[in-house]
Amino acid sequence: MNTQDNSDVVEMRSISKGFNGVSVLKDVDFQVRKGEVHALAGGNGAGKSTLMKILQGVYHADAGDILISGKPVAINSIQDAKAAGIGMVFQEFSLVPSLTVAQNIFLAAEPLGRGLLIDDRTAVRKSRELFAEMEVDVDPRAEVSRLGTAYWQLTEIAKALSQNARVLIMDEPTASLARHESEALFELIDRLKKRGISIIYISHRMDEVYRLADRITILRDGRRLLTEPLTNVTPEQIVEGIVGKKIEGQLAYRARDHIIHDGAPLLEVRGLTAGRRVRDVSFTLRPGEILGLAGLMGSGRTELARALFGIDRVDDGEILIRGKKSSLASPQQAIDAGIALVPEDRRAQGLVLDHSVRENLLLPLLGKIRRGPLLDQGAGKELSSSLISKFAVKVAHPNRPVRLLSGGNQQKVVIAKWLGNDPDILILDEPTAGVDIGTKSEILDMIRDLASAGKAVIVISSEYPELLAVSDRVLVLKDGSVLRDIPRSEIADEEYLQLAVQGV
Amino acid sequence: MSKTTAISPGNTTEARRSFGTALKELDWRRYVIYIGFVVVFLFFAVLLRDQGFLSPNNLLNIFRQTATITVIAVGMTYVISCAEIDLSVGSVAGLSSVCTAMALSQWGLIPGILAGLAVGLLVGSINGALVSLLGIPSFLVTLGMLGIAAGTAQWITASAPQPILDDTFNTLFGSGNIGPVPGLIVWSAIFVAIGAVVLNRTRFGRQVLATGGNRTAAEFTGINTKKIKFQVLLISGAVASVAGMLYAGRLQSGRFQWGAGDELSAIAAVILGGTSLFGGAGTVIGTLFGALLIGLINNGLILAGLDASQQQVVRGAIIILAVALARKK
Repeated sequence: MNTQDNSDVVEMRSISKGFNGVSVLKDVDFQVRKGEVHALAGGNGAGKSTLMKILQGVYHADAGDILISGKPVAINSIQDAKAAGIGMVFQEFSLVPSLTVAQNIFLAAEPLGRGLLIDDRTAVRKSRELFAEMEVDVDPRAEVSRLGTAYWQLTEIAKALSQNARVLIMDEPTASLARHESEALFELIDRLKKRGISIIYISHRMDEVYRLADRITILRDGRRLLTEPLTNVTPEQIVEGIVGKKIEGQLAYRARDHIIHDGAPLLEVRGLTAGRRVRDVSFTLRPGEILGLAGLMGSGRTELARALFGIDRVDDGEILIRGKKSSLASPQQAIDAGIALVPEDRRAQGLVLDHSVRENLLLPLLGKIRRGPLLDQGAGKELSSSLISKFAVKVAHPNRPVRLLSGGNQQKVVIAKWLGNDPDILILDEPTAGVDIGTKSEILDMIRDLASAGKAVIVISSEYPELLAVSDRVLVLKDGSVLRDIPRSEIADEEYLQLAVQGV
Repeated sequence: MSKTTAISPGNTTEARRSFGTALKELDWRRYVIYIGFVVVFLFFAVLLRDQGFLSPNNLLNIFRQTATITVIAVGMTYVISCAEIDLSVGSVAGLSSVCTAMALSQWGLIPGILAGLAVGLLVGSINGALVSLLGIPSFLVTLGMLGIAAGTAQWITASAPQPILDDTFNTLFGSGNIGPVPGLIVWSAIFVAIGAVVLNRTRFGRQVLATGGNRTAAEFTGINTKKIKFQVLLISGAVASVAGMLYAGRLQSGRFQWGAGDELSAIAAVILGGTSLFGGAGTVIGTLFGALLIGLINNGLILAGLDASQQQVVRGAIIILAVALARKK
């Protein structure tokens, strides 16, 4: 930390921001020193990403000032932010896959040779210099699409450095990296720091925060809770700071006594390995049981669901359904075996947005409403209407396109679509992401009711209160493997689960 | 869970209100083809009343001339609804016409018909396999196949027309009438009817639309989207080969030029009819009217005395105008 000279390279002063009258940031102060790694933490909706978007020029603050190296600047656009030396390493990478590394680095800032022609040779040479400074080995002439995600990230960092960035914002940079790649990134961050570049590091991973950061700022409910050197805070304090002490009635766990403990489990997974992110996973699931899957981003939760549903190929291990070994090589086979998956991204994976609510609901059920070779329109209308009323989907008419519905109602359509098939095993991946609080508690009630009716349910969620509200057991995943399998009764509170997920 | 907000089938006020909203939100762009058809029809009816536009014979002629395009366009509706394209249909029709003619003169009626169909099934399954198994874009696969089929047809006939002397075949495919109705109209009516019912009322049709609308979601729903893509290209090839036989029957010969360029007319008919070029929405009845509109324009322009070059210009302009009006906001 000897390169730090305590001068603030970025200073955000009493920043406030609201959307449609809802206040998201209230009077937030945030300073980053030269050559400092500053961790930014907070729960969902705490205001981290809004604060960073203001710094990047995506949003404009309602009130407050931004000072760069002590001088007030107006950041009204992404260009302004770049000119001020703010660089961003995007979580979803913003590169053009069909171009080379060098072409991406100098995209829209291509060095020109004689006349107006792009001088690719200079671009390649400059890229080499950048990578040499970063002390990493990347071929500037390689096409980005042929490189792994770790190289994408390095290209992003080189791109930011080529624009003379003095502050880099990194949002969960290790989420899609393998362990050794993460370690290489940490070493790069150390080197960047020595060169006086500051890094704002957003991560939920406590071990990374302690490994890298000098100070931490925690936001909660749009306010700054604390800014402290990491030597002054314990992991427990950080978790408590993120979680807070809020108690939400609907999210309280209700013990259900419907789990059938004797007899064969409905689903038994033994040593399941699929791709890079599911390694040797074993667990059992009984009728009436709700199993929560917890883990950080990139821990393999979604990939486990995909493997169980026959989307990703299973490399090793076995899946037993009702005690019988099953091969699930396609979603159709998984459906036939009685499994349903409510996918993570309802718009991309769950719905045909331009089709009507009715058509979407009936898509997996077409086999049920056949009369000879034709579909029975009447039966289809009846079936879709009964699903709409059973799941209280708010829609003016079943013929309306599903894209016009609110997020919560769209989610209900995806769930209802699957329950029409009466599956025995239901996997829900982030079932309440982007839905309002009212619908959220409805969906949680739905999950409880389904389990009570004897179905086995797997719930994947990044929101721990929600996971604790429904799960009878929680499986903690880390790097694709089961870290712990904890009965609900042993989990005292959210903090306990947070620490379990961190592996502390 | 509150049930009051959900719709219930028997509730009449709900039904009336939703009919009202449905009427208000009625998207006239979806029906632009029918409006366009009527407008163009009335325009020619007034302008060309002295040239015999409205005579029953001329009107029947319009149907007869558009029949093969209509048939091809029905198959194309499936392909485009599924977010794919088939550029090989015109030359498949040509190849089918010469294979039918050659097999007919060698071995007789049934082998002739089977030979024509075999061309469509073979080309369709090659297209389908390359697209669904190897993941090559259908635009490229069928562009290549356009050349292969057209070249083959010219090659095996040494560019010579293949006369068809079998009266049963000629009567059956195109030249004959059923009562007062030309056989070609019966053929297109059959294809449109089956095409419309299968797309709207069967599991397969829904799966085609779902695959075209959102392939990922369709796959997550358990639909084998590769199989669906294979099937639509197979259908398109088979339907095009029937259209080739209709050319052969109407013109009493097989010839490599039959059907040349029909892929563009068929695609225009499908898009004019309201099928989304991006997949997910398709209408066979719309396609029929799209094909009829093109036939109407061709016929009217000939009667109006425009020469072939002027016809092309006007036809192109009308197609662009119609698609511009039908586009989404």
